[in-house]
Amino acid sequence: MQINLTVNGAEHSLDVPENTLLVDIIRERLRLTGTHVGCDTSQCGACTIHLDGRAVKSCTVLAGQADGATITTIEGIGAIDALHPMQAAFRECHALQCGFCTPGMIMAAIDLVEHTDNLDGRAVREGLEGNICRCTGYHNIVRAVLSAAQTMTVKT
Amino acid sequence: MSPDQPARVNGIGASVLRREDARFITGNGRYTDDMRVEGQVYAVFVRSNHARARIESVDIADAMMIRGVLAVYTGADMAADGIGNLPCGWMVKQHDGSDMRTAAHPPLAHTQINYVGEPVAIVIAQTIEIAHQGADAVVVDYAEQSAVIDLATATDSEEIHPGITHNLAYEWELGDRAATEAALATAAHVTRLDLTNNRLIPNAIEPRAALGIYDAHTGEHILHTTSQNPHLARLILSAFVKIAPEHKLRVIAPDVGGGFGSKIFVYSEETSVIWAARKIRRPVKWTASRSEAFLSDAHGRDHLTHVELGLDAHGLFVGMKVHTVANLGAYLSTFGSAVPTYLYGTLLAGQYKTPNIFVEVQGVYTNTSPVDAYRGAGRPEATYVVERIVENAAREVGMDPAALRRLNMIQPRDFPYQTPVALVYDIGDYEKSLDRALTLADYSGFAARQAESEARGKRRGIGLACYIEACGLAPSKLAIALGAGVGLYESGEVRFNPTGSVTVFTGSHSHGQGHETTFAQVVSDQLGVPYESVEIVHGDTGRVEFGLGTYGSRSLAVGGSALIKAGEKIIAKGRKIAAHLMEASEDSVDFADGQFAVRDSNRRLTIQEIAFASYVPGNYPEGLEPGLSEKAFYDPQNFTYPAGTHIAEVEIDGETGVVTLVSFVAVDDFGRIVNPLVVHGQVHGGVAQGVGQALFEHGFYDHTGQLLTGSMMDYCMPRADDLPDFVVDTTVTHCTHNPLGVKGCGEAGAIGSPAAVMNAVTHALGVSEVAMPATPEKIWRILKQQAAA
Repeated sequence: MQINLTVNGAEHSLDVPENTLLVDIIRERLRLTGTHVGCDTSQCGACTIHLDGRAVKSCTVLAGQADGATITTIEGIGAIDALHPMQAAFRECHALQCGFCTPGMIMAAIDLVEHTDNLDGRAVREGLEGNICRCTGYHNIVRAVLSAAQTMTVKT
Repeated sequence: MSPDQPARVNGIGASVLRREDARFITGNGRYTDDMRVEGQVYAVFVRSNHARARIESVDIADAMMIRGVLAVYTGADMAADGIGNLPCGWMVKQHDGSDMRTAAHPPLAHTQINYVGEPVAIVIAQTIEIAHQGADAVVVDYAEQSAVIDLATATDSEEIHPGITHNLAYEWELGDRAATEAALATAAHVTRLDLTNNRLIPNAIEPRAALGIYDAHTGEHILHTTSQNPHLARLILSAFVKIAPEHKLRVIAPDVGGGFGSKIFVYSEETSVIWAARKIRRPVKWTASRSEAFLSDAHGRDHLTHVELGLDAHGLFVGMKVHTVANLGAYLSTFGSAVPTYLYGTLLAGQYKTPNIFVEVQGVYTNTSPVDAYRGAGRPEATYVVERIVENAAREVGMDPAALRRLNMIQPRDFPYQTPVALVYDIGDYEKSLDRALTLADYSGFAARQAESEARGKRRGIGLACYIEACGLAPSKLAIALGAGVGLYESGEVRFNPTGSVTVFTGSHSHGQGHETTFAQVVSDQLGVPYESVEIVHGDTGRVEFGLGTYGSRSLAVGGSALIKAGEKIIAKGRKIAAHLMEASEDSVDFADGQFAVRDSNRRLTIQEIAFASYVPGNYPEGLEPGLSEKAFYDPQNFTYPAGTHIAEVEIDGETGVVTLVSFVAVDDFGRIVNPLVVHGQVHGGVAQGVGQALFEHGFYDHTGQLLTGSMMDYCMPRADDLPDFVVDTTVTHCTHNPLGVKGCGEAGAIGSPAAVMNAVTHALGVSEVAMPATPEKIWRILKQQAAA
């Protein structure tokens, strides 16, 4: 089937098999390998991206379902010389170690901050419950998200 | 050096932000599965659904008919090609002096299946989808046999491997049985405990992957793979598996998404992939699904233990006797034999002056995935035994658990301390960590918090664990004498480039630990060069001379020490060049803060100027080789002994049995600390894994050998909302025998925490034992029994 996607600001028209997952299009067709696959049961959240402005696990979305959508991946939120506040906070707070869950964690955290009033540590922990990190014990991730929230704007 | 020079700002002791983060936070990491090379094709493995079966036949005809399937290879094909079995790298001697009993472990099974998920064939196709179709079309005819799963009865069950009676790989012991039994017989009090150390599944978030490339032009095999120790992988694949000679085999471990031990080992899949790449003359890529990872990554722990601790009338420990049955799985994995023996029995003295200790271990085969090192590897199991029995002993004799520990602790004046279980501890101050942890946990305020919890219908408990571990593996002579197949030194090379930047090559491997930052801090500090000008290269046998890799919290203590040794050679050579250039005698030239200076003069040259002179040797010492690049191997003289106190506090819901970890304090002595930010991060992650073991995680097989916890929906990984913020602090005694004074911090969190949490859980419930993990169901049943009684 033919689908149109806007990914990190670039428009793509793609012919994809109907059973293709969005994450496979992102990684294998568009070669945006910052989005990772860490499980096969939609548990780990390493594949989290933004679809029309909200965080979704891209292993749980068929490419066809995303037809016409605007997608942002980790590569689209900032660059090393112009980091998104969440990226900067992850670095400042040592909220990553191996880096594999990090892109999904950052994308989920941005969504959480943008759509939550009066975020506190408990809310961050509950809000990121769908993203698994095996390295950090989440301690510094929580610090980073609260730190980034200081400079980000709530959209709701 | 003036304070504004960058070498000090980013030197040893500074919380330097990690340089590797730049690529990871922007999506520019390069993990094995991110790679794609020209002509790449895809592999999928056919795996057994049975735990134990004879393979009657493998029919690949239907699979080969599928358009796009390029090849299907079986174990018979590999054997016919001269590919060897996967070896176990540590030969454990049994108590009677005989060798442990090993079974052949072919990369692809061809006659016999011994666990669910064991690979039988590799299917290679143009696309991953076609490879899956091909794997589905391979018809394997199995003759099912009854599986041996239950660890408690495995030694009385049918033989898994013909000739290995009672399914015993070995019976191993350490310590003085007679003296220990005599001490227990005359003890004023003996505490007894049966413990389960639950099977864990490592679950690094990056699944294992491999990309094998064969260059027909040069005959070189290039294997990109998720390895913690690419040189060891090359050595094993070359020397034992016979893939290719070492000089024709290059192993590259690029960005690796966590390991925790599970990526130390040489597995079937990367072996098959690199062999198949040569066979079909195409690059072959395989990436594990998470389901495959659950079945095929080496698991951890899985012990059943009976322990007895004797105390005299004053509370002094007089003897401890331990019997452990350790599950090794279906085959001996790369280091599987060493974990429940040399990395376990030797740690049973803990922090205490117990004069008599005896441990016997039965290493048992079962029809389950192989079991090997997982974060801590033997030391969490040892700590669990010691710290659970000590806590229970305190409760039984009516002493405060902290006071009983204090009474028995090895004191600073006792070092070096020879334990009854082979190790010699070099240094420590255990009470200092205990005191700090008691303060941070507000130990004395517990009773008030408990009363407050009870007022809300909750049970509250507090638990300690005063752990010790042995890191910095290891003096090679000792390790080899005890059965290790390799030395356990580390190599390093410090190379000045002509323009003054420094390229550092290390045999250690970073897969989350942050070596690219911390090793640069160490080199920058020693040589007085800007941190930014130091580049760390690791993870490629084509660039780094040799290495033993990263596990056992050894990277800084062993790999870092190798860099210091190389740096000392750089300084020694630089001094010769500097003396010549400044027309002074060598012994009048001092080196400090990046400068060679003639004593009592204003003559000085920077190390960068010396480097340039070494590469442009016009005015140069007679007979001295040009260039400024030095290699070193560092072989440790002893293990390092990180130690500390962890305190957990839990609250248990009386209605649901849910355990909430309300606080966790870790105070650790890791020796000198290079980067506090990184060290604290290591502790956080280790604690989360240890709490996971205590409360959530369990690799569980049913009686037929099916893994019931085979996905992240069934195997309970700790999530952000399961954990509190952690309180982490350090005390410092410098390791006495390595040049950095460091001990290692990678595993401590996972070593102390399970015992601390379970001591808190049993304290809250007023019971002597709850088998890990302490799930709500188990707790609820205990609460119901207590209510009924």
